[in-house]
Amino acid sequence: MQLTEFDKIVEAAKAKSAAFKCNLYCCYSTGCVSSGCGDVVKAVQEALVSHGCDKVVRIVKTGCMGLCSHGPLMRVEVEGQKPVLYSEIRPLVARLIIAEHIVPALSLEKGADFNVPDFLSGFVLPLDIPFFSKQMKIVLANTGHIDPELIDDYLARGGYQALKKVLTEMTPQQVVEEVLTSGLRGRGGGGYPTGLKWKNAAPSQGAEKFVICNGDEGDPGAYMDRSVLEGDPQCVIEGMLIAAYAIGATSGWFYIRTEYPLAVDRVEKAIKQARKAGFLGKNIFGTKFSFDCDIRLGAGAFVCGEETALIASIEGRRGTPHPRPPYPSQKGLWGMPSCVNNVETLANVPHILMKGGAWYASIGTPESRGTKVFALTGKVKHSGLIEVPMGMTLRTIIEEIGGGPSTGKKIKAVQTGGPSGGVIPSEFLDTPVCYDQLKKLGSIMGSGGMIVLDEDDNMVDIAAFYLDFTADESCGQCSPCRIGGRQLLELLKKVKSGKGSMDDLALIKRLSLTMKKASLCGLGQTAPNPVLSTLKYFENEYLERIKN
Amino acid sequence: MIDIAALAVKKWKGERGSLIMALHEIQNQMGYVPREATMEISSQMNVPLARIYEVLTFYNYFKLEAPGKAVISICTGTACYLKGAPALLDEFKKDLGIGVDEATSDGIFHLQCVRCLGCCGLAPVVSVNGKIYGKLKPSDIKPIIAEWREVFPAKETANAAN
Repeated sequence: MQLTEFDKIVEAAKAKSAAFKCNLYCCYSTGCVSSGCGDVVKAVQEALVSHGCDKVVRIVKTGCMGLCSHGPLMRVEVEGQKPVLYSEIRPLVARLIIAEHIVPALSLEKGADFNVPDFLSGFVLPLDIPFFSKQMKIVLANTGHIDPELIDDYLARGGYQALKKVLTEMTPQQVVEEVLTSGLRGRGGGGYPTGLKWKNAAPSQGAEKFVICNGDEGDPGAYMDRSVLEGDPQCVIEGMLIAAYAIGATSGWFYIRTEYPLAVDRVEKAIKQARKAGFLGKNIFGTKFSFDCDIRLGAGAFVCGEETALIASIEGRRGTPHPRPPYPSQKGLWGMPSCVNNVETLANVPHILMKGGAWYASIGTPESRGTKVFALTGKVKHSGLIEVPMGMTLRTIIEEIGGGPSTGKKIKAVQTGGPSGGVIPSEFLDTPVCYDQLKKLGSIMGSGGMIVLDEDDNMVDIAAFYLDFTADESCGQCSPCRIGGRQLLELLKKVKSGKGSMDDLALIKRLSLTMKKASLCGLGQTAPNPVLSTLKYFENEYLERIKN
Repeated sequence: MIDIAALAVKKWKGERGSLIMALHEIQNQMGYVPREATMEISSQMNVPLARIYEVLTFYNYFKLEAPGKAVISICTGTACYLKGAPALLDEFKKDLGIGVDEATSDGIFHLQCVRCLGCCGLAPVVSVNGKIYGKLKPSDIKPIIAEWREVFPAKETANAAN
């Protein structure tokens, strides 16, 4: 890939997407596929052909549009007219939309807006509801606007411009500095400053050096990384290329859960297209920089999200963590220096390099910069995938974006951070969402699961649910986690069934603290968090079970 | 079966980090990883059999025995759990007369619980052979079973077994 070629293919890609008078963006992510968007798209295609307008209308199969609970979703954008979002579409409705909206709208004069007929308006979701208007999209900027299986769509929206800038105008040190300035912190849960991670990895020497993209999103109730990989895979590849340039890596690995077949498929296609276009391979943009990447799959082990376990798994071994140091930045994959970054972290990188670290740092709070993607689920009206600036209060997220409780009952708490996190009771809903504030309350930011609980949800059950998960997922290597987790679970089950005593409760607390202190890796160290935080705020629910 | 193992070997031999990928290849084709296939991999890829089983038994995803024809996966992720997955599981158990990780005696249905399927917006969710059913109530379970009984009628299975 040479520079002159790049400008040409970008122009061609832009011309291609401008050639259509109308674009129909159909959400084609796992959520909407499950709701039946395949049949809807088929009906749309047939209807377009039968009305003879398939040449001027393009169907764009996009990644997640966010409002998964209301799928299948389709956004209609006719040139010069306001976009309209249809929800919960069935094939019959899709045919009606083509006949009664698209066909007449195409023949309208320029500047005139189309009025959706009454019988279709029940399917329209206003785009100015808080679910959409309160969000701020950086990582998800392209998701829902491009076909993730076509690199041209990515190029038409400014894709690979950041890589071009980095390779032709910046030194690796400058790239690291820019990311340090941005204040970006690891989005997988740890929250370690990304720039610092790169700075540590840059001087390490080895015959090879690797960038690893951690796509082993195992938290139950979270699907941010899956949506990014499904919706905008090229952006993650571009982020990986920039990381590689910054630290001097020679090749990269995507480690993705095998339970995410669509994400794996999209990344596979994206890598092939990027390679063909010359963004991966030798002498990228005519510079000395060469880089390529490949995929390795997980096989259903939660612990593999931990970076040393992940590395063991890529190597084809049991995914058991090892103590650090040595850190992967010194001795990682196949003994070579490696840098592990989460999917969402890498997806932020091209935007930071394009617009500058200072721009990114201007969003969010002083210690948590930028935006964060959350999977907002549980007992809220609008559940789905959202991206908000750091520092937004939990109340705004739950009551405005989420539309409040779906059950008509009072919201009791919100769970963040999955099995490594904790619950935050409703009296703290005015807390701004950022790493340190959530930690202060006994929970964590985690990777972005946000599960809303109402009065019906019992906290002893929730604690037992999470511990059942972590005890089952313990790799069994260190005894505090292997034995401690199992014992803790048995005690919780005892309390849950009403057979527990006050002594059991004391033992639960002691075991939790021991596990936190003595476990080898993050899994064991954080596994007691759901127990400790429910005990902190809802001890009465434990006591009720013991008394009765 | 050996053919499938041989194909997996051909595709992955010499690649780095290939063992798990080769095992995936076999399970994708067969639905599980049979003993014969692991022996083929062991000899062709020069990996001790013990190391292959060390890996196979560590990861939840790998199956060592043939599952039923219709694999019912009940999502027990947090969102699904809160919205009634346990009740769905009870309904399946009752209607099929089997427990978790068991198959019906005719070999058609296989019941399993899985971690998050990632469709939390549609909770509670169940998938059958990859087809996802969302926003379920216990009363939706009987029709789902009936739908898959039509796909795999008991008689045909009996013939296939012979």
